[in-house]
Amino acid sequence: MEQIWIFDNGSVRSFPAACGLAVASGSAVDPAACISSGLAVASDSAVRAASGTCDVLAQDSTRPASAAQYTLPQEIYLSEGEQLAWTFLILPGAPSLPSLKVVLQGEHADFSLNVLCLAGEKDRQTIEIEVVHATPNASSSQLVRCIATGDSRVNFDGRIRVMPDAQKTQAYQSSHALLLSEKAKISALPQLEIYADDVKCSHGASSGSLDENEQFYMRSRGLTLEQARLLQLHSFAWPVLQTVQNETVREEMVARVDEVLTTFFV
Amino acid sequence: MNTLLEIKDLHATIQGKEILKGINLTIREGEIHAIMGPNGAGKSTLGAVLTGKPQYEVTQGEVLFKGQDLLAMSPEERSWAGLFLSFQYPVEIPGVSITNFMKTALSCRRKAQGLPELSPAEFLALRKEKMALLQMKQEFAKREVNVGFSGGEKKRNEIFQMAMLDPDLSILDETDSGLDVDALRIVADGVNKLHTPQKASIVITHYQRLLDYIVPDFVHILKDGRIIKTAGRELVAEIEEKGYEGL
Repeated sequence: MEQIWIFDNGSVRSFPAACGLAVASGSAVDPAACISSGLAVASDSAVRAASGTCDVLAQDSTRPASAAQYTLPQEIYLSEGEQLAWTFLILPGAPSLPSLKVVLQGEHADFSLNVLCLAGEKDRQTIEIEVVHATPNASSSQLVRCIATGDSRVNFDGRIRVMPDAQKTQAYQSSHALLLSEKAKISALPQLEIYADDVKCSHGASSGSLDENEQFYMRSRGLTLEQARLLQLHSFAWPVLQTVQNETVREEMVARVDEVLTTFFV
Repeated sequence: MNTLLEIKDLHATIQGKEILKGINLTIREGEIHAIMGPNGAGKSTLGAVLTGKPQYEVTQGEVLFKGQDLLAMSPEERSWAGLFLSFQYPVEIPGVSITNFMKTALSCRRKAQGLPELSPAEFLALRKEKMALLQMKQEFAKREVNVGFSGGEKKRNEIFQMAMLDPDLSILDETDSGLDVDALRIVADGVNKLHTPQKASIVITHYQRLLDYIVPDFVHILKDGRIIKTAGRELVAEIEEKGYEGL
């Protein structure tokens, strides 16, 4: 199952109903409307799709939390063969994410998390997740990309725990940070706790700023500096956006991200 | 025949080290100039300074492009004025397709020149035509700029961009490096087809090979930051035979 979570500040763009959910701009989501569009709201701690290949869900910081709004489930248990792909799009002014725990408790379960965090002036954001491999042959990956500007702070605290019985685990994590201002700060704290001995686990982190050689190359073709920066920012965001399977949703997200990049980051 | 480029006593440094030590060069419409020389002579530096690469500082001299002060222009302004550099090491831009890159570049260019935007159909036709000129398969249009390209593909992509942007003065920086004979023929053929009596090219190279295909009118030897000899195309064979040491 693919779920897209958008964390925004009051101006959530509506996504086409074809992907299983219509999020009306600026309003809290009505459970009745969700059910009629094929999404069953089981409880406020878990959301499951009745049909469709993708859910697009939104959490809006300007609305007070209510039963009518989706809540990001804080604990997920994946059973045998179950696959969950989460893509998070965290926009400037977004609400703080709760800390998350995903437990792969059935063999051949698979969890992937792809995060694009865009932190603008004075944003404080934390992405805290623990992925627990409790059984053999399960796989997980965490890919986090952050762009921070202004006076923002982003913390990524990602833990992978591989329990003693979880042989043949494959668990990966990578975080990439792009800092666009003097004051912006991104910290990444990868943690691997591995108790089994036949596993494949890796983690990596990188940080940097926009490459000036790339900028010059683009400007030498006639792009202005602003346009070159936008393309660079877009290309930094692309590996996360690329993971969205549903093509319509992906195109909408790309348009939304480009809009935000142009407004806040170029 | 109009003068396109006039370089007068150009001195340039990088990180405090002087690389160009007084370059003088005039290029007129229709001419092809080869710049040859040993490693470290300053050949690529000349190309970089002309296109406005930020790391270089011009400490002395003047460059006029179509009568205008080139050094006062930003890199994009130089591009809009009709200057193009085929990079020795083309840069990869992941997440950006060749099509989108060229669309954006052309859009900026036409806006700066006060021309209307190309319609999607016009752009598509232009792109197809230029890709065919360089014998590029159409699916390359969707590829991310230079990502995973072989050396030959990168160089060919440079000339494709040149074909799309239609510059008046093109600088080809070591365009032959990393190319096999077949790739070289395609690239050289493309360059030759783009040449007109109103345009000019500066071909920067170590080796004779490329100059068998893109035949120069003038050959300049750059050594230690200065042009030490200028002659006709016969100089190429002389270099091949005697090397740069003897000059």
